Amino acid sequence: MTSIHGHSGDAQFTLRRRPTSEKLLDLGFRQLTLALASLVAIVLLAILLTVFQGSREAMASFGLQFLVTSAWDPVNEQYGAFVAIYGTLVSSILALAIAVPLGVGTAIFITEDLIPARLRELIGLMVELLAAIPSVVLGLWAIFVMEPAIRPALELLHRLLGWTPFFASTPQGPGMAPAILILVVMVLPIITAISRDALNQVPIELRQGAYGVGTTRWGAIFAVILPAAISSIIGGVMLALGRAMGETMAVTMIIGNSLNFDLSLLAPGNTIASMLANQFGEADGIQVSALMYAALILMLLTFTVNVLAQWVVRRLSLKY
Amino acid sequence: MTHSKSISGSDTTTDTTLFDRRPLNFDPRLRRNRLNDLFSFISGLFATLAVLPLVLVLVYVLVQGGRLISLRLFTQLPPAPGLEGGGFGNAMLGTVLVTLIAALIAIPVGVAGGIYLSEYAGKSWFGQLVSFANDVLAGVPSIISGVFVYGLIVASRVFFGQSYSAMAGGIALSVLMLPTVIKTTNEGLKLVPNELRLGAYGVGASRYVTITQVVLPAALTPISTGVVLAIARAAGETAPLIFTALFSAFWPEGIFNPIATMSVLIFNFAIMPYEAQNELAWAASFVLVMMILAANLLARWLSRLSKI
Amino acid sequence: MNTTLSQQSTVSTSRNEICMSLQNVSISYGKFEAVRNVFLDIPDGRVTAFIGPSGCGKSTVLRALNRMNDLIPGCHLKGQVLFDGQDLYHPRIDPVEVRRRIGMVFQKPNPFPKTIYENIAFGARINGYRGDMDELVERSLRKAAVWDECKDKLQQSGLALSGGQQQRLCIARAIATEPEVILMDEPCSALDPISTLKIEETMHELKRNYTIIIVTHNMQQAVRVADMTAFFNAEAVDGGSGKVGYLVEYSETEEIFNAPAQQSTQDYVSGRFG
Ligand SMILES: Nc1ncnc2c1ncn2[C@@H]1O[C@H](COP(=O)(O)OP(=O)(O)OP(=O)(O)O)[C@@H](O)[C@H]1O
Ligand SMILES: [Mg+2]
Repeated sequence: MTSIHGHSGDAQFTLRRRPTSEKLLDLGFRQLTLALASLVAIVLLAILLTVFQGSREAMASFGLQFLVTSAWDPVNEQYGAFVAIYGTLVSSILALAIAVPLGVGTAIFITEDLIPARLRELIGLMVELLAAIPSVVLGLWAIFVMEPAIRPALELLHRLLGWTPFFASTPQGPGMAPAILILVVMVLPIITAISRDALNQVPIELRQGAYGVGTTRWGAIFAVILPAAISSIIGGVMLALGRAMGETMAVTMIIGNSLNFDLSLLAPGNTIASMLANQFGEADGIQVSALMYAALILMLLTFTVNVLAQWVVRRLSLKY
Repeated sequence: MTHSKSISGSDTTTDTTLFDRRPLNFDPRLRRNRLNDLFSFISGLFATLAVLPLVLVLVYVLVQGGRLISLRLFTQLPPAPGLEGGGFGNAMLGTVLVTLIAALIAIPVGVAGGIYLSEYAGKSWFGQLVSFANDVLAGVPSIISGVFVYGLIVASRVFFGQSYSAMAGGIALSVLMLPTVIKTTNEGLKLVPNELRLGAYGVGASRYVTITQVVLPAALTPISTGVVLAIARAAGETAPLIFTALFSAFWPEGIFNPIATMSVLIFNFAIMPYEAQNELAWAASFVLVMMILAANLLARWLSRLSKI
Repeated sequence: MNTTLSQQSTVSTSRNEICMSLQNVSISYGKFEAVRNVFLDIPDGRVTAFIGPSGCGKSTVLRALNRMNDLIPGCHLKGQVLFDGQDLYHPRIDPVEVRRRIGMVFQKPNPFPKTIYENIAFGARINGYRGDMDELVERSLRKAAVWDECKDKLQQSGLALSGGQQQRLCIARAIATEPEVILMDEPCSALDPISTLKIEETMHELKRNYTIIIVTHNMQQAVRVADMTAFFNAEAVDGGSGKVGYLVEYSETEEIFNAPAQQSTQDYVSGRFG
C-alpha cells in the first residue's frame, strides 16, 4: 500500500499498513458480537429443551389425555391440565373482548381532535405509565380494592343471570371475573399504544378523501380510517392476547387457584401461569414434570399467537 | 367515448333527485349527527375508563403505602407472621442486587447482539434467525423463564450445590431483559445515518473503531432509554423470581443464597391473612412504584434529549 | 340568490349567476398568514382555474371552499365564503353538508382501502342515493374515463390500480355523489397526456351541470378547460414570517393569457416567472 503513493509525507504515518493486531481486533469483535447474538437463539432453544425434557415423564404417563382431564391429584399422582388450559383461554379471550373496544376506542379518542392536544398527550402518557406498573402491585390492588368494589356488581350479575351456568355461583372473593378485569387493565396499554400508532400512520389524504365525499367524523373513522389501520391493530391485539395468556402475578393473586372445573365466571378458577406460580416451588417428583408439561403447552400457545401476530401484520398490511 | 356520452348527458340532472339534499344548516337531530355525537361520547367514555385504573392504582398506592412510609421500613427486617412492625430493608437490597446481576448479564449481551444485528448481519439468514428468535423470546411469558432457570440452575444445583439463589433470580430476569435490550440497540443503531459510518471509513478507521467510537456513541440516547426501561421492568418482575431467588427473612447472604426482593415480598405478604404484612406489602408497592415511575420519567427525559 | 352578494363585480359573467363568492378572505396556519384579502366571484356552471407559483396559497384557498381546512389544526379563516346565499363559515353551517354539495378531488390520488366498486358506492350511499348503484358506478367510472380499465376488476382493491387510474377513480368518486361544485387540486399532475385529455373532456361535459374549480400548474390546461382564470402570487411582507399569498388578477381566461392587466401576470403566463 505504501509504495503506491510514495511521496515524502508518508514517512510520518507509520501505520499506513494495518497492523495484524488491528485486523485481529476487527475480526475478534465481529466474532464476539456474533457469539453473543447467537446466545438469543441458544437461550430460546435451551428454554424449549429444558421444558420439554422436564415434561417427558408426564408426557409418557398422561399423554394427550393431560389436555382434557381435570384431575390434579398429587396424592394419587394423577394430573390433567384441563382446568388450567380452559382458564387460560377463557380469561385471556374474555379479557381481550373487553379490552379491544376500550383500547381501540381510547386510541381513536386520542388521535382525533375532540379535545385539546395537551389533554390527549396526557391521556396517552397515563396509559403508557399504566403499562409500567408491576403486575404484583396490580394484584395487590385487585385483592384489596378492586375485588371488594366490584363484588356488588358481580352479585347483581349473579342475581340477574344466575340461571345460566356462567354466572351460577355466588361471588365470594377471588374468582375468574376479577382476574379477567385485572387482565383487561394489563393489556389495555398494549392495545391502546399499538392502535394509536397504527391510526397515526393512516395518511391524512385518506381522511380528506372521506370527508370530501361528505362523511361525518365517525363515518370516516369506521369506513376508511379503521380499515386502513386494521392489520396493525389486529397484530397488536394478538400480541396482547399472548401477553394475557402468559400473565402470571396479578392473575394468580386474584383468580382463586381452584383445581376444580367450574363453568361459572364468578367461581374461582386457574390458569397455567398461576398454577406454575403456585405449585412449582413446592412440587417434586412427577408433579414437577406435570407442571413442566403445562408450561410447554403455555409456551406453544403464546408462540402460536405471537407468530400469527407477526404474520397478520405482514400479510394484511396495505401499502401506501 | 361515444357511448359514454350517451350515458352521461341529460339524465345526470334527473339523478340529483335520487340524492338526499338538505339545507346547509347544522341539524343536530339528524341521525348522522346524533350517531356522531354518540360515538364521540363513547370514545371519550372509553378513554376515561382506560385512565381510571391508573389513577385508582396510583391513588391507593400513594395513600395506602405512602402513609406507612418511615425510616424503619428501610432499615429493618420483615416481621415474623403475626408480629407487628418491621420493614423490608433486606428486600430493597435484594431487588437492587438481583436487578444488578440481570443488568450485568443482559446489557453486554444485548448490546453486542444488537450491534451484530444492525452492523454485521445485513439480510443474512442467520441475522433473520436471530431476529426471529429475539421476537419469540420477547413473547415468552415471564413465568416460563422462571421455570427454565429452575430446571437449568435451581434443580441441578450447579452453583456450589446451592439451589435457590440471587444468582438464579438474576439470570431469570436477564432472560426477560435480553430481547428488549437487543431490540432497542438494534433500532437505535439503525437510526444512525450511514454517512457517519462512511465518513469514519473514509478517514481509514477500522470497522471496530467505527462501531465502538462513532456509531455506538451516536446511538447512546435511544439505547440508554431502552436499557433504563428494561431495568425498570425487570425490577418489578415477580414471576421469574418466586422459585429462583425465592425469599428470605434475613439480610442477603451473598449471591448464591436465597434472597428477598420487593416484588416477591409484596406477593407473599399480600396473600397473608395478617394486617402488618398487608401493610408492608402496600408500603413496598409504594417504594417500587415510585422507583419504576422515576425510571420511566428518566427514560422519557432521555429520549427527549435526543430529539433536540 | 345573488341578491345577498352585494359587492363590486370583478367580471361580468355571461349567465351573470354567481355560485361562490369570497369576501375579503384571509387564511392563516397558526400565526403564519398564508393568503390575504381575497375577493373572488366564481360563476355558476363554468370552469374556473387557479394558477400561480408554488406556495402562493392556491390549495389553501381551494380547500377553504368546502371547509376542508377544518382538518388542519390551527388553520383559521377570516372573511366570508358565500355559497347558496349563506356564509359557509357561519357557526350554524354543517361542514359535512357543505362537502356533500361541494365535492373535491385531491392532488395525490387517495382511493379508500376498499374495492373499486365500493370506492364509488360508498360516497353515493352516505349521500342517500336511492337509484341503481351498479348503473351509477358504471356511469361515474365512464365519466372519469377509467371504466375500460376497471370494468373487469370492480371487486378488486382500489389500491391495486396505477397512480393515474387511482386518480381517475377518485374523480369518479367525486362525480358519483353529484355535488353542485367540484374542486380539483391539480387533478392531472399524476396522469399521462391521454388520460389528461380524457379528464379535460369530462370537465367540459360536467360543466353543463356543475361548477368546477381547478388548480393547475399547466398553462395549456387552463387555456383548454377554464372559462375564468384567477392568478395568485406570493410576496414577502414586512413583519411576516415567509411569503403571504394574494390574488393578483381574475378575469376571463382569454384576457388573462392574452391581455393581462398586471405585469406579473404577463410574466407568469408567458413563462418568464416562477
Ligand atoms: N397544513 C399546513 N400547515 C402549515 N402551513 C401550510 C399548510 N399547508 C400549506 N401551508 C403553507 O401555506 C402556504 C400556501 O400553501 P398551498 O399549499 O396553499 O400552496 P399552493 O399554491 O397550493 O402550492 P403548490 O402549487 O405547490 O401546490 C405555503 O407557504 C405553505 O407552506
Ligand atoms: Mg397545492
